Amino acid sequence: MKKKYSLKNSSKGMMLVLSTCLTLTSFAQDKGPEMADTMRSNGKIYVVVAVCLTLLIGLFLYMIRVERMVRKLEKEK
Amino acid sequence: MRKNWWKILSFVLLVYTIVGGFLMEVPRLYILNETIRNLYFHVCMWFSMMILFIASFVYSIKYLNTTKYIHDIYAKNFAAIGTLFGALGYATGAIWANYTWVTDQSQSLGSILKEPKLIGAAIAILIYGAYFVLRGSFTDMDKRARVSAVYNIFAFAMLFPSIWIIPRMVGSLHPGAPGSDSGNPALNFKDVDSNLRMVFYPAIIGWTLLGVWIASLKIRIALMRDKEIL
Repeated sequence: MKKKYSLKNSSKGMMLVLSTCLTLTSFAQDKGPEMADTMRSNGKIYVVVAVCLTLLIGLFLYMIRVERMVRKLEKEK
Repeated sequence: MRKNWWKILSFVLLVYTIVGGFLMEVPRLYILNETIRNLYFHVCMWFSMMILFIASFVYSIKYLNTTKYIHDIYAKNFAAIGTLFGALGYATGAIWANYTWVTDQSQSLGSILKEPKLIGAAIAILIYGAYFVLRGSFTDMDKRARVSAVYNIFAFAMLFPSIWIIPRMVGSLHPGAPGSDSGNPALNFKDVDSNLRMVFYPAIIGWTLLGVWIASLKIRIALMRDKEIL
């Protein structure tokens, strides 16, 4: 059974995990604020980093493409 | 390479922002939890916006001093990207507020809509939006440049009471307001945790350079288009 990880799904899933963790603060009085330690310990935090890096690299590839187009047009003139 | 080093620097700093932003240590706070990491995105948007608007303001003044059309092109395009970053900052702030102020602090939608900094930021962005409407209303190039340069100065001046001064004077949900025990949260060295600062300051530079790059591309296209008039 394949799970589809689109950006929307994974950020929704992350929010679900985070809000679940937030509700748990009422049970654990002395653990302090709930952080994403679970995400860090099971390595899923790297999924978050990878998704964001993909977005960033995609944006920069587009920027480089536009830059090259502008440079070409400038040379022609 | 001589002219493009800052574009590569922008990329490097933003990669560092994302990798360090998610993987490095942050202070463990109630209500905010991990969303404190939004400091590197939401707050950076506003800082970059301010820097881009400062650039636009400087070019508007340069235009009024010299009436060289090229300064008007620079002013308009920096204002455009500044407005874009402001709108992004507003949108990211709305998402952040939903998961912290609404979910955890149980603020009602009403109290969020009455938040002074939100109202002030909306006013500031709308004033800059009106700058573009004003530009569109002119047919004569020189009049357009002159009047919009004057308006740009007013719009820039309005940023300060709307976003910075009045929200800090009245009660606000944002940090730095009376009722909170901090001064300016971003620049006060005692308030921002040193771990946060390590990613925060490079992130500001990275996002600003990205904004400058986008603006510079728009400027170069405009310069090519209006080459005969220049």
